Amino acid sequence: MKRLLRHFHGGLRLPEHKKISMQELISEAPIPPRLILPLQQHIGEPAESLVSIGERVLKGQMIAEAKSFVSVPVHASTSGRIICIENRPIPHPSGLNAPCIILEADGKDETIDMQAHDYHHMEPAELRHLLRDAGIVGLGGAGFPSFIKLNPGPGNRVNTLLLNGAECEPYITCDAMLMQQRPHEIIKGLLVMKQALQAEHCIIAVEDNKRLAYTTLVNALEEHQPHKIEIIQVPTLYPTGGEKQLIKVVTGVEVPANNRPVNVGIVCHNVATAAAVYDATQGQPLISRVVTVTGDAVKHPRNLQVRFGTPFRFLLDQCGFDERAEIDLIMGGPLMGFKIADQQVPVIKTSNCVLSLKREPRRPAMPCIRCADCVLVCPVQLLPQQLYWYARAQDFDRIQDYHLFDCIECGACAYVCPSHIPLVNYYRFAKTEIWAQEEEKKKADLARQRHEFRQYRLERGKKENEERRQRKKELLKKTGNKSDDRDAQKTAIEAAMARVQARRAEQEQQRKNTDNLNLAQKKVIEEIEARRKKTND
Amino acid sequence: MNPGISSSPFLNSGNSVPRIMLWVLLALIPGMLAHIYFFGWGLLINLGIAIPTALASEALMLRLRQRPIKPFLSDYSAILTATLLAIALPPLAPWWLAFIGTAFAIIIAKQLYGGLGYNPFNPAMVGYAMLLIAFPREMTTWLPAQSHHMAFMDSLRYSLFEVLPSGHNIDSISMATPMDIVKTRLGLNMTIDEINAQFHNLFGMLGGRGWEWVNLMFLLGGMLLIFIRVISWHIPVAVIGSLFSCALVFQLADIDAHASPLFHLFSGATMLGAFFIATDPISAATTLRGRLYYGAGIGIFTYIIRTWGGYPDGFAFAVLLMNMAVPTIDYYTQPRVFGHQDD
Repeated sequence: MKRLLRHFHGGLRLPEHKKISMQELISEAPIPPRLILPLQQHIGEPAESLVSIGERVLKGQMIAEAKSFVSVPVHASTSGRIICIENRPIPHPSGLNAPCIILEADGKDETIDMQAHDYHHMEPAELRHLLRDAGIVGLGGAGFPSFIKLNPGPGNRVNTLLLNGAECEPYITCDAMLMQQRPHEIIKGLLVMKQALQAEHCIIAVEDNKRLAYTTLVNALEEHQPHKIEIIQVPTLYPTGGEKQLIKVVTGVEVPANNRPVNVGIVCHNVATAAAVYDATQGQPLISRVVTVTGDAVKHPRNLQVRFGTPFRFLLDQCGFDERAEIDLIMGGPLMGFKIADQQVPVIKTSNCVLSLKREPRRPAMPCIRCADCVLVCPVQLLPQQLYWYARAQDFDRIQDYHLFDCIECGACAYVCPSHIPLVNYYRFAKTEIWAQEEEKKKADLARQRHEFRQYRLERGKKENEERRQRKKELLKKTGNKSDDRDAQKTAIEAAMARVQARRAEQEQQRKNTDNLNLAQKKVIEEIEARRKKTND
Repeated sequence: MNPGISSSPFLNSGNSVPRIMLWVLLALIPGMLAHIYFFGWGLLINLGIAIPTALASEALMLRLRQRPIKPFLSDYSAILTATLLAIALPPLAPWWLAFIGTAFAIIIAKQLYGGLGYNPFNPAMVGYAMLLIAFPREMTTWLPAQSHHMAFMDSLRYSLFEVLPSGHNIDSISMATPMDIVKTRLGLNMTIDEINAQFHNLFGMLGGRGWEWVNLMFLLGGMLLIFIRVISWHIPVAVIGSLFSCALVFQLADIDAHASPLFHLFSGATMLGAFFIATDPISAATTLRGRLYYGAGIGIFTYIIRTWGGYPDGFAFAVLLMNMAVPTIDYYTQPRVFGHQDD
């Protein structure tokens, strides 16, 4: 059956630059002397360290555990000694440092006892647990913990499990090479995922510029029948690899804004994640991945199987890095990747590509001439020039009316912009400003609520006091009216006066500081008292 | 905020503002050659005045506004404005017509609004409309389309000193445009056939002798621009489609009193306007649907002004009127965003 493919709006045909890194098969990268393992290599909460300094760990041993739900553990990529746990630069757009476990490799690469699981007979929940413990996250680039995406959630039925082999960004070839070299693992991993999701059928989508990957998968699939897996070629068009774009192309379904694909019965995973899932069922946690090391500043661009924690610079040197070149070091592709300032940052679970481009002088931005080339290419059908206009004017209400938060930051608009305006920068700026403002607003709201509650409490106290006084007054009035017994009142008054007298006398007594006096003094006092009495009388 | 710090994307298509402007200028050449062939050297002289005026005005204003001069002078946008205006001017015109028009276009219509990218009105059309209102006689003195015309030096002399070669006077050599003739004669209750007979096959094959060739050449250049994706098809198709439809409807209603759709398409400024003026991105609508409305509006207004208005050709005014409508059009024609319902 031939599947009818749809289109998303816009898109770009880009120069591919893929062949240069596909000349060799994937090879194992050497293990560097020191590995830097960030506690957070995924979306969510960081893992928490389980090791102490000086401890010896084995390859595959869990060295940091997931404490909160949206988190996965980290495993040692090789055997060696933990030498410190400290903040180091990590591959993140912020360029900030984050806690990392530093592992000194001992060169033995001794492994823990890895046992294959009989996954065919495991319950979906058990499978998810297994995959979580293996530290598996989406390897396409976002790094969301896979076990969560393998849970349809209550009330959701998964109709289609879509495996994303589009790999639409220029330069990156790690998925293509993986499909060419490990098709069986991908298919087996896909079946595990299918089992975890209880999905009805599976599709593997490959862009039609990867013919070899496609035919390899098709041939491999013949050995796996009668499973219902469809392998289809989709047109090469950036950004087909975007999750919602690919779903639209393959199934025709447009995932509604603010919804996840699972809400429409579709779950999408990356092909590399599928292979990692299969490895996990064989007992091997996620400790390495295929990384494309490419760009015009390396002499031998290629794909390497890299242990997590390997510094970028170490990889570049493996591939004939031209040290003197002025380069932009990028993690990810040239359209959605981000710049790396420190060449010592480590490869982490989301590092699909280490791209080194010789730096070109940046052309200055000209004013927007409203040519609307960006409108033509935007895959989300936004009006990028309007967004730019309002971002520049910092009109954050209007920019949200123009659906800023539907922007997937694919960079197609900035790619075609004849005025060389860094459009995506403006959108990121607007998004962070809006988030900051919302945070501020939340804080202000909280403060205001507190203040209002305090006002309310004070008012209430006042009111209660008032009421109490009122009640007493009334009570007093009532009792006053009731008792006609004037004698009783009289005695009460007399009693009170007597009490007052007594207290006064007592005070008088106390006022005399007449303790510890000698006889002469006492005598003088007595005389004075006698005189006073006389005059009083 | 500092958008200069580089973040993705790290690739660029290599397109640029100067490249776009340069291609538009190149695509104008066939039409300009036809114009020179039929109407003489006047266009070259007008260009010779308009382009330096535009560059000087632009430089002066950039300096006054304390903006960098070099990148904006070398983006060809001022040259394009000057060129479009020069093409729209009569070939036999005094020098100050091009000078005043261009200076007004660049200084008032472009730079005072903020320069490149910020002008809500098409500068060349603002210049043209100002000249047409201020100097109607000079602006409507056209030459008949013919292949033998005044020598270059004679044209230049007229431009500079308004002196014609001996034995000529302006009334003997000038002639109203076919558009103008049709308008005035229809106003005198003549039929289209009578006009054509009186003026010895005024209409040519399509839309007026000479004029139809100029229009065809601009059509050719415009097709080139669409083919290399410098402009999109939306605006030209909408302009031509709506103008054609209007003309067709009224011609069908009364064939004697209305010029044919083909006359409307291949006479006057239609092709130049549809492909080179209405498509000026800065002053046009930006949404795809909006561009269709924008183009259609220009076509309709052009027809209305040509048929019932006070000026023989209404393209400049039609463009300016629709320029005013652009913010509204853009607002109401926003596309449906991915994953959202139509609203």
